[in-house]
Order: sequence, then C-alpha cells, then structure tokens
Amino acid sequence: MIKLTRLWLAALSIVMLGGLGASISLAAETPDPTKIVVKDFMFMPTSLTVKAGSTVTWVNMDEEPHTVVSNTQMFRSGALDTKETFSFKFNEPGTYHFTCSIHPRMVGTIVVQ
Amino acid sequence: MSDDQSLVSRRNALKCMAYGGAGTLFALSGGVFTPIDLAMAAGDKQGAAKLGKPLFVQISDTHIGFNKEANPDVNGTLTQTIDIVNGMSAQPALIIHTGDITHLSKPAEFDLAQQLFTRLRTTEMHTVPGEHDSTDATVTEYFNRFGKASNNKGYYSFDHEGVHFVGLINVLQFKPGGLGTLGEEQLAWVAADLKGRSASTPIVVFAHMPLWSIYEPWGWGTGDADQLMSQLRRFGSVTVLNGHIHQIVQKVEGNMTFHTARSTSYPQPVAGVGSGPGPLKVPADQLASMLGITSVSVVKHPSALTLNDTALA
Repeated sequence: MIKLTRLWLAALSIVMLGGLGASISLAAETPDPTKIVVKDFMFMPTSLTVKAGSTVTWVNMDEEPHTVVSNTQMFRSGALDTKETFSFKFNEPGTYHFTCSIHPRMVGTIVVQ
Repeated sequence: MSDDQSLVSRRNALKCMAYGGAGTLFALSGGVFTPIDLAMAAGDKQGAAKLGKPLFVQISDTHIGFNKEANPDVNGTLTQTIDIVNGMSAQPALIIHTGDITHLSKPAEFDLAQQLFTRLRTTEMHTVPGEHDSTDATVTEYFNRFGKASNNKGYYSFDHEGVHFVGLINVLQFKPGGLGTLGEEQLAWVAADLKGRSASTPIVVFAHMPLWSIYEPWGWGTGDADQLMSQLRRFGSVTVLNGHIHQIVQKVEGNMTFHTARSTSYPQPVAGVGSGPGPLKVPADQLASMLGITSVSVVKHPSALTLNDTALA
C-alpha cells in the first residue's frame, strides 16, 4: 500500500513537472506539490506550479531567518525562524514572484493555473 | 594538559572570543579615525589613553533573540561588550549601533535590547536599522523605539565635536535579486544635508549594510552607493561605517575610510565560503582561535594597517 501510494505520487509529480519545462529537475524524494523548502539561502523548488485555490506553504530549514515577500505586496510573511512556516492561498491564475526581504538575492515564482 | 589548564585556556579563549566580538572603538586623532580593538582598550589602558579621548564606540549586529548553536547567549556577549566599553578609562561621548539590534524584529527582542543598553555608562546612542530589524513592512517596531531622531524616515544627521555624522538606511526598498538601496529621496536629502558644509569638516557616515561592494552574490553591498560617494568625495576626512557582515573588512580610497564592524552575537563566514551568510557554527575553541587571528592581524596593530588589503572586493 505504501509502495503504491508512493508510486502514485511519483507518477503525479512527473505529470505535473512535465508541464513546467526544463528548469525543474526530478528530486530523489517525492516533493509535496504545495510546499517550498527554504534551505541554504534558496527557495526549493525555485518555481512551483499549483492549481487555483491551492495553499502554498513555505518552511524555513535554515538557521538564518528568511521572509517570503510578494513583489507586488500581495503577501508578506514576518521573519521566519528555523522550522517556522508561512502559508498563502492562491485563488487567481497567474504568475507570482516573491523574494526574501532579508536576502533579496533569494527569489522564487508561483505559477497558478 | 590537565583539566585545570584546559579550563583556564578555554576561559582565556572565551575571553578573547568575547573581546573579538566586542565591536570597534574609534578615536579621533588629528582628524584621522583609528580603529583599535576593545581588548586593547580594556587591557592596555596606557595604549588606549595615548590615542586620546574616544569620540564614539560602534556596536553592531547584537541580534537579540538569536538562540542558535553559534552563540546561545547573545545577551551575555552584549553585556560583556558593554562592560568593556564601561571599563574604558575615558568614556566615549556617543555609541553608534549600526543595526540588526534584534534578530527577528519582535517587540520583546527590541524591549530586551533596550533594557540591556541601559547598562551603558554612555547614554547617547544613535542607531540605524538592519534588515533583521525591519522584517515588518512598515518597520513599526524599530521606529516606535528608535525612530525619533529621523522622524521615522531612518536617515538623519547630527554634529558632535566638529564632526558631522550622517546615519542612513539601506535595508528598505530591496529590489528582488539586488543589493541594499538608499533610494532617490534619501540621496537627495544627503545632498541637501551636505551642501554648504566646509570640505574640512570630518564626516562620519553610518548604515547597516556595506556602502561599498564587498561580495555581491551575498548582497554585501549597496546598489546606488556610488551616488552617495560622489557627494562625499570632496571632504577631507570621510569615514564610512557598516555592520551586517559580522567581520572586519576595511579599505581606504582617497580621503575615505571604509570599515565594517564585527558583531557582538555570532560570526559569519568569509565571503563566498559556504551556502550563504548565516551564523558560522564551529567548535568554541576553533571559533576563538579564528576570531583571535582576526583580532591580531587586523585590530591589534592599527598603525600597521595600510588598508590595501581588500582581498574580498
């Protein structure tokens, strides 16, 4: 049963990633399709595609705090300490860029279909 | 090595570490700013006395609220720093804090920081915010406590003993993917502030992020700092102070001296080493010897500083 579930998730993620183009590589583990891990001063994945109505959750796994700030001020987390999370629900299709206001070199994109 | 010896050397190492993280003292000496180590100020009072009365002490990156392995006791190291300042034979007239007072911009962190600062014998403190102090969009928590001098703008100037001090904010208006930014409004204000001042007026400019490019991939610089420098270049003595990178890096360019201060909280890696500019976590004795080396080579021989050694630029 566990194997079947994993296979199903893997198949699902391959289908989803298939629509994203070449910028995303398949991870060894099946990623949560609505989760962005912040680690080593990067948003991973850098670009995430979700369906309208999805809630995306960012989790900071660095010892350094990070923030999640929309380029259009649509959403903004406070400072996320280690293991703290921030979630935002995307209702409208579109492309949403975000950055870490503490480390603006860190950038990412949510594509809502 | 016996346990006792081990304990003693560890204590000494920790003491050195505390001094190493203690900030930098600037003494005005004939219009030239001389950085000296606080360990030197505290341990060799005659040496420090020769430099004359200190004009101000720069404290930076206290990161109150940080509690990770790199330093689980940032309150303690700040208190040690303050005790060193308080123990100086001549008290500085001013304290300048170059930002990242807190770690997460939380009200309780600001409150605790303010409480710890009351221990300082020198009561006049001037601050600029770091990006850790301004993670709320409106910078409300910082401005509620430290915004009066700048009327909640973050930039302001004042004069002390013939020196003109300019505090700037470069941690807002981040462009995604970019460096720190001063912005047109602030740059216009600086131009107006400096206009008509004699070129012989010593100028001290302080901001949190480096006002010169130290390492752009980690954002260690300010994108529009060149416009500021072009306004400062006519002055005979300009000192530009920053924090942010938790280590000393200096350079001299004409009449302008650039200096980044150490943190009182935790060290950060040398530019480009590791995945990013996070807390540098190493065993305590390694940390101490590493900071000790930095202290000796950079700070204990200020007269030997030719300041051509900007290896990181």
